[in-house]
Amino acid sequence: MAVTIRIPTQLRELAGGAGEVALEGGTIAELLTALDAANPGFAERLYGEDGELRRFVNVFLDDEDIRFLDGTATAVSDGQVVSIIPAVAGG
Amino acid sequence: MASAKKGWETTPETRETEMTYVESLRCRECGRTYDVAPIYTCKWCFGPLECAYDYDAIRAVISRERIAAGPPSIWRYADLLPVDRNPAVDLGAGYTPLVRADRLAAELGLGEVWIKNDTTNPTNSFKDRVTSVALSKALEFGFKVAACASTGNLANAVAAHSAHAGLRSFVFVPANLEAGKIITTAVYGGNVIAIDGNYDDVNRLCAELAGMYPWAFVNVNVRTYYAEGSKTLAFETAEQLGWQVPDHVVVPVASGSLLTKIRKGFDELYEVGLLDEKPEVRVSGAQALGCSPVASAWEGGLDTIKPVKPDTIAKSLAIGNPADGYFALDAVRQTNGGFAAVTDDEIVEGIRLLARTEGIFAETAGGVTIATLAQLAAKGIVRPDERVVAYITGHGLKTLDAVQGVVGPTATIASTLDAFHAAFNPEDLA
Repeated sequence: MAVTIRIPTQLRELAGGAGEVALEGGTIAELLTALDAANPGFAERLYGEDGELRRFVNVFLDDEDIRFLDGTATAVSDGQVVSIIPAVAGG
Repeated sequence: MASAKKGWETTPETRETEMTYVESLRCRECGRTYDVAPIYTCKWCFGPLECAYDYDAIRAVISRERIAAGPPSIWRYADLLPVDRNPAVDLGAGYTPLVRADRLAAELGLGEVWIKNDTTNPTNSFKDRVTSVALSKALEFGFKVAACASTGNLANAVAAHSAHAGLRSFVFVPANLEAGKIITTAVYGGNVIAIDGNYDDVNRLCAELAGMYPWAFVNVNVRTYYAEGSKTLAFETAEQLGWQVPDHVVVPVASGSLLTKIRKGFDELYEVGLLDEKPEVRVSGAQALGCSPVASAWEGGLDTIKPVKPDTIAKSLAIGNPADGYFALDAVRQTNGGFAAVTDDEIVEGIRLLARTEGIFAETAGGVTIATLAQLAAKGIVRPDERVVAYITGHGLKTLDAVQGVVGPTATIASTLDAFHAAFNPEDLA
């Protein structure tokens, strides 16, 4: 069993058009590294020059924003879903 | 579909080309440009996209007279809005009263204070401005369905404007929203979906749905255009002050978009030659203590905005993960403004203070704004020598819960003179 990563529309071209990919990894950071290894180009889109996630990139583990957890160090278990979602304005 | 706004269809001042002056969309983070399309984030860095105008072309046609000859709505500023044709979806949003608030100013120890009273919009909040622009653009793009994530006010506006335009609508709101805001959305007959979660949960679902269905999500895929509607609050303020700008504005902050666009609006007026001098407007932000991620970053001198889980009666400002928070923070810092984060009790007192002194009944967001104005005045950040405009963005009837139990009858008596005089001393009544 692996972790499902949901890819936003803007980045699907990097994943051959796929909306979801399944990868192995123990933390968010490891999964994103695996994502980039499988589909080169993800890392430079998700991370800024400072090595941190870009400030308009939101990452959720199941229903929780990882900034409420341990950020990219958040541990991930098999069967969980990681979603990459752009920040959206309010109403 | 357009309503017959007096003076619009008939005026010779109507734009001859009926083409927008938007040249492209530009990423606010990295500056990459994109063609005009229903897109909202940079494909490279996820930064929000913004309309980039041909200001030289606008400057060549726009004038104070041309605006004065336009309709009494946001569409009098059509040259500075990203819509290609005469307003397709128009319930009359905008051109709301700017009210001199001397009694409020006196209470707060301030000098010249004005209230921009946006409670008088068609669905009683400033969201009619942005929705009118967003759905007009949505029709241009050929969308048949309108949608939004909302804390309530946008829900009202999208449901109403969709009904007027004959669009299907899907409005997503947190299930714990005030009952009044659910009813005043559902009455327009579109789909209202209450989500078991807070606004940020709703928004997240909508960001995913927006990638799946060909809908015009006004605050997602047409947000680039939607947000421009907020500039009209600055345009009107300047026009109503006789083409002058205030020294200081106080603006409620949820996503941060409104504050950012009000500042942009003042700057654009100068850019296209409608103001004689470069505006130097100090911009201050108002948040509720129970949802104050931007105010906290300002207070702490931080460059990072940490999301929060909202817990406040000001539900229309309860966005814990504010997408435009960084830009709002920059605007406040660059203009030497300030922020305040006010308690729920202060919000209620702010609502009552504005109602008691000026006869304007604001929703909780307005209470946040007035309470912030009071705090910033007490701290000397808003000064007595400044001309101040406070933006009241929604009507108090939307959030009656906030004042229920706090205000009520002065006396409940029998229908007799004796009972009346028992309750009120006749000597006090003359």
